[in-house]
Amino acid sequence: MSFTVSRNTKINALLLLVVAALAVLPLALGLGDHKEEPFTGADAEAETAITELQPDYEPWFSPLYEPPSGEIESALFALQAALGAGVLAYYFGVRRGRRQGEARASAKASEAAVVAETAAGSGSTAAGDKDA
Amino acid sequence: MHIAEGYLPPAHAAAWGVAAAPFIVHGVRALTREVRSNPESTLLLGASGAFTFVLSALKLPSVTGSCSHPTGTGLGAILFRPPIMAVLGTITLLFQALLLAHGGLTTLGANAFSMAIVGPWAGYGTYLLVRRFGAPLMVAVFFGAFVADLSTYCVTSVQLALAFPDQGSGVMGALAKFGSIFAVTQIPLAVSEGLLTVLVMRLLTQSSKGELTRLGVLTRSAAKRHEEADAR
Repeated sequence: MSFTVSRNTKINALLLLVVAALAVLPLALGLGDHKEEPFTGADAEAETAITELQPDYEPWFSPLYEPPSGEIESALFALQAALGAGVLAYYFGVRRGRRQGEARASAKASEAAVVAETAAGSGSTAAGDKDA
Repeated sequence: MHIAEGYLPPAHAAAWGVAAAPFIVHGVRALTREVRSNPESTLLLGASGAFTFVLSALKLPSVTGSCSHPTGTGLGAILFRPPIMAVLGTITLLFQALLLAHGGLTTLGANAFSMAIVGPWAGYGTYLLVRRFGAPLMVAVFFGAFVADLSTYCVTSVQLALAFPDQGSGVMGALAKFGSIFAVTQIPLAVSEGLLTVLVMRLLTQSSKGELTRLGVLTRSAAKRHEEADAR
């Protein structure tokens, strides 16, 4: 493996860059400026829309557990993302390790084959020398 | 962004629960069958569920000036077919409903119907259709994930419009309203999800050719081509 960046890696980096740009652009262009509270959740907006459409609607059930503050909530969201990212990274790590192990094993096997061949080869020349 | 706890009238909540239940039961059967007959696929199943976990925790800003999050269900639907995503998607929804007060238990049926059932099926159908037209794998993966994401929020809009029709313009008026909140916000996020799914699928074609061939995502000749491309 060389240190020059492969075409594959470049394409992968480009994909991530576009995703990041798509997330940053609405913020950079100030697309939330027309709102009283910019960049709230779409679910909260839907709740507002429901109260507009049916002012007398009362939610008839409330969450069993509600994170006591925005900080705790964001911590739990971060935990969710971290769990997912951890499992994904584990998957790709296992795969990579397995591939490297296989490559090493096959390299060792072919090396052993070459050694055996040369040994066999030198053996036969030695035999030839004796004959002469 | 799912329908919040208590925000669907009881009759609607129950109806969506009844509609979603058979898909989830069928999905659990499909999942146990898959794990039993291919124990080596457990790791990739976990990774597909993990992808949904990560993406549905990422609340991203959108062009409408509000935030929403992708669903991540397209990847698993393409790899393992939609029934299995009915389970993995519902598990993600349950986690968020119980711990994050995001979505809810009374709206779990409706949210599972949109994110874990319609999304994966619509995405998988799109993926197959695009592949049938002879498009490259990654193009089909992009559109599959894009549609899985966007259709989820279109269903959410319909569910809310049915429950809360506009006094004057009826269900259609309410649909326009909820659609502008959910579906329009979701378009750039669906593009992001499509790109991220392509990224993960690219990594999978590099690391898990055997598995992808077994699952029918890569044909034998395509797997070989990838191998040659990597060797170069």
